[in-house]
Amino acid sequence: MLILVLVISFFVNISFGSVNIPFRSIFSSLFGRIENSTWEVIITDFRLPKAITAILVGSGLGISGLLMQTLFRNPLAGPFVLGISSGASLGVALVILGSGLFGGAFAASLTTKWSIVIAASLGSFLVLLAVLAVSSKVRDTMAILIIGLMFGSITAAVVSVLSYFSSAEQLQQYIFWGFGSLSNLSWNELLIFLGIYLIGLLLSILSIKGLNSLLLGDNYAKSLGLNLKQNRLIIIIATSLIAGTITAFAGPIAFIGLAIPHLTRQIFTTSNHKILLPAVCLFGAIVMLVCDSIAQIPGSDYTLPINAITALVGAPVVIWLLLRQRKMIF
Amino acid sequence: MSKETKNIILNTENLSVGYKTKKKDIVVASNINFELEQGQLIGLVGANGIGKSTLLRTLIKVQPSLTGSIFLNKKNLKETSTIDLAKQLSIVLTEQLTSKNLSVIDLVALGRHPYTNWIGNLTEEDRQKVDEAISLVNISELKDKRCYELSDGQLQKVMISRALAQDTDIIVLDEPTTHLDMYHKAYILKLLQKLTKETGKTILFSSHEIDLAIQLCDTMIVMTNDNIICDQPCNLIEKGVFNSLFPKDMIAFDTKTGSFKITK
Repeated sequence: MLILVLVISFFVNISFGSVNIPFRSIFSSLFGRIENSTWEVIITDFRLPKAITAILVGSGLGISGLLMQTLFRNPLAGPFVLGISSGASLGVALVILGSGLFGGAFAASLTTKWSIVIAASLGSFLVLLAVLAVSSKVRDTMAILIIGLMFGSITAAVVSVLSYFSSAEQLQQYIFWGFGSLSNLSWNELLIFLGIYLIGLLLSILSIKGLNSLLLGDNYAKSLGLNLKQNRLIIIIATSLIAGTITAFAGPIAFIGLAIPHLTRQIFTTSNHKILLPAVCLFGAIVMLVCDSIAQIPGSDYTLPINAITALVGAPVVIWLLLRQRKMIF
Repeated sequence: MSKETKNIILNTENLSVGYKTKKKDIVVASNINFELEQGQLIGLVGANGIGKSTLLRTLIKVQPSLTGSIFLNKKNLKETSTIDLAKQLSIVLTEQLTSKNLSVIDLVALGRHPYTNWIGNLTEEDRQKVDEAISLVNISELKDKRCYELSDGQLQKVMISRALAQDTDIIVLDEPTTHLDMYHKAYILKLLQKLTKETGKTILFSSHEIDLAIQLCDTMIVMTNDNIICDQPCNLIEKGVFNSLFPKDMIAFDTKTGSFKITK
C-alpha cells in the first residue's frame, strides 16, 4: 500500500513545476523516448534529482528521528538533538558570514556550493565527535541529550554574534540556506549523498535488534546480552551520517525527523523496529515528496521554502492524530 | 539433601558491595557469603537502606563489586560475558518500561533475544519457549493486550513470564511485590514458589513481605546492620535473627506466629 502511494507521489512530484509538462510526456522521457528536448532536460536534470533527493531526505530524517527517540527514550528527540544541525549551521555560518572577515576575493571563492556542503559536514562531524567523546565518559543517555542541546545553544550564540557583524547580503544567503532546499543537486552530488545514506541505513538495520531490546530500558537490554556501549555508538554514528549529510546537502530541514516516527507509530500501532524502520522510511519519503509538491505551488513560478512547508503541513497532522487517538503511543 | 549432591547455582565469597567514588569506596554491605541451590526459592529481606538493592544490582552485574567474588555456575561473574550472562541469569526490575506500547506477546518474546539471530527472528523453538513461559504464569488471555492496558499485578506477571522465556538457571527479582495489594503479593510469591518446583529454576527475590517469605521460601537471606545470614526460615526463627531486623521500640517478631507484631 505505502509503496504504491510512494510511487504515485513520486510521479506527481515530478509533474509539478514552473514549466507545465503533460503527464504522458513525463513517462516517455523517463523511459528514454525523446519528444521534446527541453522537457527532457528539465526532467532528467532538475525534477528527477529533486524527487530522489526528497525521498532520501524524507526517509533519512524519519530513520534518524526513530533511532534518536528510541535511544534517548524521549518522544521529543529528533535527528538534530545531538547538535548535528547546530554543528552544520555553525560551519555554514562561519563560511558565509565569516567570509567577510577574510576580505573580498577570498570570500568569493569560499561561498560556492561545495564549500557550504563541506562546511556543514565538517561542522556536524566535529560536534558529533565531541558528543561521542563525552558519551563514552557519561553512562546516562539523558546526559548525552542535554549535552547535545548545550552544543546547540553554544552554536546559536556564535551564529548570532557572527550575524551581528555581517552584511545584509551575507545574512540573506545564510537565511536562505536555513530555509532548506531539495533542488540544485547534480547527479554527482546525489551519488555521494546516496552512498553515505546507504551506509547509515545499513548501520540502522544492524541495530534493529538492539533497538527493540532498548524498549525495555537500559538495564533490561543489558541483561538480554546487548552490548550497550557498542550499540549506542552504532546508533549515534548512523544518525549523524544520515542527518549530517542531509543537512549538508539540503539544509536544516525541521520537523520531519520529529514527526514522522510519531505518525508511523500512530498508524501501525507497533513498537517493533523491524516494522517501524521500513515504515518510517516509506512514510518519510512520501511526506517529503508531498511537501515538496506543495512547495512548488502547481501552476505558478514560485517555490516556497521547504522548511516552512514541512512544518505547516506536518504540525496540524500530528495535532489531529494526537487529538483523535487521545494519547501518544511510544 | 547431602552436601555432595548440592547443585550450587550462585555463590559469593567475602563479597562487599557499595559504590566507588574517586576518593574512596563507600561500602554498603560487606562480608557477604551465601550459596544458592538449584530449584530453590530464596527471599532477601532487610530494612530499608540496608543494601538489598545494591546487593542485587551487584549480583546481576549492573554495578561492580568492591571486593570478593560472585560465582555463577562456578564461574566468576567478572569473567562471564554479557551474552553468556544473559543465558544464565534473567531479571525483573522495579524500573518502568521505556515503551508501554509493546504487546504482551512481543514483550515476552524479547526474552528470547540472547538466542535469536542478528535481526531477532524467532525460530520454532523460540516460539515454543515463549508459549511455555506464557502458560506457566497463566497470562494467555493477556497475550494481545498492550502493556499500558495492564494492571500492576498483570504487568508483574508478564515481566516474570519474560524472564522465564529467557530460559536461565536463575531469575533475580527486585521487590516484585511493591505496588501490589495483599492478595496479589501472596499470589506473585506463590507463583514464584510454584515456578521453582515446576521448572527447577532458582529464584531470588528481595521483599519487605517477611511473613509471606517465611512461609514460602526454601532459604532466606537476612540483612541486618551486624551481619548477613543465609539459612532456612525455621532455623532463622530459632536463632532469633528476625528480632534484630528492626529497632525494637515499634515492632517485635513473634516466634509462634512467624510474623511481626506492634509492641504496645
